[in-house]
Amino acid sequence: MNYLLGLIVLLIKIAVMLGGLLLVASYLVWLERKLLARLQIRLGPNRAGIFGLLQPIADAIKLLTKEEIVPTAADGFIFRLAPAVVAVTAMMMFAVVPLGPDIRLFGRSVPMVITDLNVGLLFVFALSSLGVYGVALGGWASNSKFALLGGIRGAAQMISYELALGLSLVPVVMLAGSFSLTAIVDAQSGVPFIVLQPVSFAIFVISAMAESKRIPFDLPEAENELGAGFHTEYSGMRFGLFFLGEYVHIQVLGALTAVFFLGGWHGPWLPPVVWLMLKIFIVALIMIWIRGTLPRLRYDQLMALGWKVLIPVSLINIVVTGAFIQFAGFS
Amino acid sequence: MSENKIKTDEKPLKPAESSGWSALKALVEGFATTAKHLARKPVTESYPEFKRQLPERSRARIVLTRDPDGRERCVACYLCSAVCPVSCISMQSAEQPDGRRYARWFRINFGRCIYCGLCEEACPTSAIQLTPDFENIQRDILTLVFEKKDLLVDGCGKDPSYNFYEHAGVTTDERGKGEHANEAPPVNVKSNLP
Repeated sequence: MNYLLGLIVLLIKIAVMLGGLLLVASYLVWLERKLLARLQIRLGPNRAGIFGLLQPIADAIKLLTKEEIVPTAADGFIFRLAPAVVAVTAMMMFAVVPLGPDIRLFGRSVPMVITDLNVGLLFVFALSSLGVYGVALGGWASNSKFALLGGIRGAAQMISYELALGLSLVPVVMLAGSFSLTAIVDAQSGVPFIVLQPVSFAIFVISAMAESKRIPFDLPEAENELGAGFHTEYSGMRFGLFFLGEYVHIQVLGALTAVFFLGGWHGPWLPPVVWLMLKIFIVALIMIWIRGTLPRLRYDQLMALGWKVLIPVSLINIVVTGAFIQFAGFS
Repeated sequence: MSENKIKTDEKPLKPAESSGWSALKALVEGFATTAKHLARKPVTESYPEFKRQLPERSRARIVLTRDPDGRERCVACYLCSAVCPVSCISMQSAEQPDGRRYARWFRINFGRCIYCGLCEEACPTSAIQLTPDFENIQRDILTLVFEKKDLLVDGCGKDPSYNFYEHAGVTTDERGKGEHANEAPPVNVKSNLP
């Protein structure tokens, strides 16, 4: 009985989480288009519904009803698999993000997280590494020059920045003393880690943006060089899955930034979930602002930034943090 | 590193321009610029609600214009049809009893027309002209085939005073030999023999 109840609660949590993720992802597209337009003194979508609010629905209908073409020369199975890998890994990362402290429901304690893995952070990294396969295989299976170039760039870029991403979070783990995301949030009940670890925060945000392949790190899909990069050959909802994956990734990035550095659900006055949403929203806004402002990096600049700046700085940061904890008795 | 540097036309950066601080300053300026744009009114003109007055030389729907005295300018010389890169103009030439040439029928297939304006450039009589009216979209592509009656307009278009037969040395019922603009009276060739 207890087991069954737990399963039902888990399924409900997954359903709510997925529904929320997809809904927010579609309206994030709207927000991005609208805000980006205003940053460039344009209007943005304003035809479908008031303020273009029905635009995501129109887009979804369009993508779902479009013909899905698999090129004759493509490797059919991998070609069909790749978009799912991107979307699924992005969505699964949310399984370990804690939305709030445990709540009491009918006399039971229900954690506000799908699964509080004790290696949650490693789980996130594993999935974000798996996400690289979606890009690389999608580009390779298309059997097209541009797609392959985009896929290769994507793989190189994501593997390079994976290192900096991982190393930037080591001080966070050192301070929190745990890999569990819930424990990391709990460790920030006093001071959010952005105050203690501003360098880590900067490295994390930069490399996480590179992980999610957004401007200024959108080399894998550089429109003006590669057509559309790794998803050049994709159409219909398979393209839609890549698209969805990108916008879910923005939410993941916002959530992870909030959890690791901005104190997660902690905050005065407002309910914990609202605080987390607010932090995710702010990170998303800043990412759109960055997209509206910065040009794309050159490939060598990208690699130089990753290997020559971010990784050494994060290594030094780890040593300094370690020394602090050891000698200043911090944490 | 410096010896295998690629030569460019770029001016070498001054130390103040290549420092980290200037990069940071540039970043901040960029973000400030886009943030300021948020408070600005968008410059977009929403098309169907706001229709901008197009320049009179912009190229869209093609018309056949008339002389200042109201007669057809087209002399059916086939130059427009010959120069048309997509062969969308066709006609049949004929001659009126008064000696003026005209097109018996004249047809432009706007389904093919690319609005390049070469016909207008080729036309010796300023008959064929492109107008700024670009909103002629049809569901049925065959309705885009315009016949002479659809093309002819009552007016001179962009060239209000030009009258081909005033200049051409062609005898019509209006003007005989030597009666055209800047034309000397005919010379009796036998009178100026040596």
